[in-house]
Amino acid sequence: MSDLRPSEQSLARTIIRRFFKHKLAGIAVAVLAVLVLASAFAFASPYSATEQEPSNKFQTSSAEHWFGTDELGRDIFTRILYGGRVSLAVGLLSTFLSIALGVVVGALSGYFGGWVDSVLMRITDAFLTFPSIFVLIILGAYLREQQVPWLKNSVVIVIIIIAALAWMWPARLVRGLFLVLREREFVSATRALGGSHLRIIVRHILPNCIGPILVSGTLQMASAIITESGLSYLGFGVQPPTPTWGSILSTAENQVFRAPWIAFYPGLMIFVTVMAINYIGDGLRDAFDPYVVHAEK
Amino acid sequence: MTTYAIRRFLQTIPILFIISIILFFLVRTAPGGPLTSARRNPNVTKEQIEALEEKLGLNDPLPVQYGRWMGGVLTGNLGDSIKFRRPVNEMIAERIPNTLLLVGVSFLVTLLLAIPIGVLSARKPYSIFDYTMTTITFVGQSIPVYWLGLGLIVIFYVTIKNPLTGEPFLPVGGMNTHGESGLLDTLWHLVLPVTALSLGWIAWYSRFLRSSMMDVLHEDYVRTAKAKGATANTVYYRHALSNAILPLVTLIALDLPSLFAGALFVETIFAWPGMGRLFWDAAKGRDYPILLGVVMITAVLIIVCNILADLAYGWLDPQVKYE
Repeated sequence: MSDLRPSEQSLARTIIRRFFKHKLAGIAVAVLAVLVLASAFAFASPYSATEQEPSNKFQTSSAEHWFGTDELGRDIFTRILYGGRVSLAVGLLSTFLSIALGVVVGALSGYFGGWVDSVLMRITDAFLTFPSIFVLIILGAYLREQQVPWLKNSVVIVIIIIAALAWMWPARLVRGLFLVLREREFVSATRALGGSHLRIIVRHILPNCIGPILVSGTLQMASAIITESGLSYLGFGVQPPTPTWGSILSTAENQVFRAPWIAFYPGLMIFVTVMAINYIGDGLRDAFDPYVVHAEK
Repeated sequence: MTTYAIRRFLQTIPILFIISIILFFLVRTAPGGPLTSARRNPNVTKEQIEALEEKLGLNDPLPVQYGRWMGGVLTGNLGDSIKFRRPVNEMIAERIPNTLLLVGVSFLVTLLLAIPIGVLSARKPYSIFDYTMTTITFVGQSIPVYWLGLGLIVIFYVTIKNPLTGEPFLPVGGMNTHGESGLLDTLWHLVLPVTALSLGWIAWYSRFLRSSMMDVLHEDYVRTAKAKGATANTVYYRHALSNAILPLVTLIALDLPSLFAGALFVETIFAWPGMGRLFWDAAKGRDYPILLGVVMITAVLIIVCNILADLAYGWLDPQVKYE
């Protein structure tokens, strides 16, 4: 094993080098890092995200209030920083959840084939043909009224329901990869050596799927952030006073004629974040692509 | 081909059942229930509420209620709205044409722009046009539709005025100017909603078509067509595009639910009287017969569109056989 290690490391290093060759992807990583750090250090702001100060409402940008204030006199910059925490956390966690579920379904389906595949793929197709936003709105409108204590937190609900309606894409992707990889020699070799199904799936096939899964993860995260914001924008996502980019945008809509800047900043944040994630996905695709070609030979 | 379409339709029926059961039990077990607003109304007595519960059958066991509702759905009756006391069928039937108009026009605009952009980008890759389009498509793909809609309102309604009349440049609410009707007026009202709805799709499909075209252009039949002296337009549109467009058809079929989701946002922002708007209003009032009705109808619409996409695929690619 020891003689294999150096080449393994250099492969990871090659991928990282290739990734940063994509200049926009590098910039996107920096932008995203700034956004994450700014949200993490939101407490450094002298203003509160929720305390109202009606005498100070509808201020335009100034040295004190960089993005101005909203209809209740709250500092929009501070609200956007705190909102970023929620929006980014929802995006990241629901992506982890949906990828995890998708990988399990896709791996079982692609590896075992037969009736397992038929059943799982029928279910996947069912979820795919469904207009998920409608279901999300119904879930959002009704779940928070249920008496289960941990469902009281609208952030947790939103994470779960977004993941519950997004796992189908990674599942189909992973299934496709497993269908190809399970026929390869190294799988037969492991099987001949007595490797269990679990070992073959987790230790041998799954590592070969990392690249496409990461790329699909970026797409999932971009769409999760847009979905969360959209749901909160419609009023069925994270509930006020917790700020998220979507809920700030939602309150801003009522003031769009009076104070259009309130709508501008949260939307800009969603846009910049999603664009950065899309570029990172693009960079990852480039970085992993030659590796996939190499592995096929 | 007909049997294929019928079989596809039958396969999706169990799915509709399962999802309808989950949603029905979810909305009916939520505390408060559909009569919450009536209970809060001080003018409604307790006896009246009990009578209403009895009349609407809200006291029956849930499976019985589901059975009654599903029985209605199967015979084409989606029940009555709690708030408006009108048949849901009627309310949805009024809204469907408006949604289909919005989605249909947006879809047409998307294809009319995305196909030429994709082909031209692939024709001269890494040219200024290609780079510009790649950047624009990245922007278009990342703009949330609700923010774009608000932005369009700020620009074309609040800021820019018609120089002749001093009125807002483009209308942003509803389908018609008050007291007016007619196709031209409706089309004028469609401009901003369609722009908001199609931009992201144009970006996404033109990018997809570009890469699909790039793959196809390496094929032997493209080289052969060029060698035989076919004009550039024939090579690109007749030979390459007709093959490159196939994966796009599959993609469009998969994206249909998202197109309806986008329509929901656009209808909400621009007060477009479609199904999405009806759904949103019903969700705020928790009017569950409308909610479940719209979900069922949208699911059926999407399944029908899916089958149409499959048939279109077969028409575009004669190699495909339906079994």
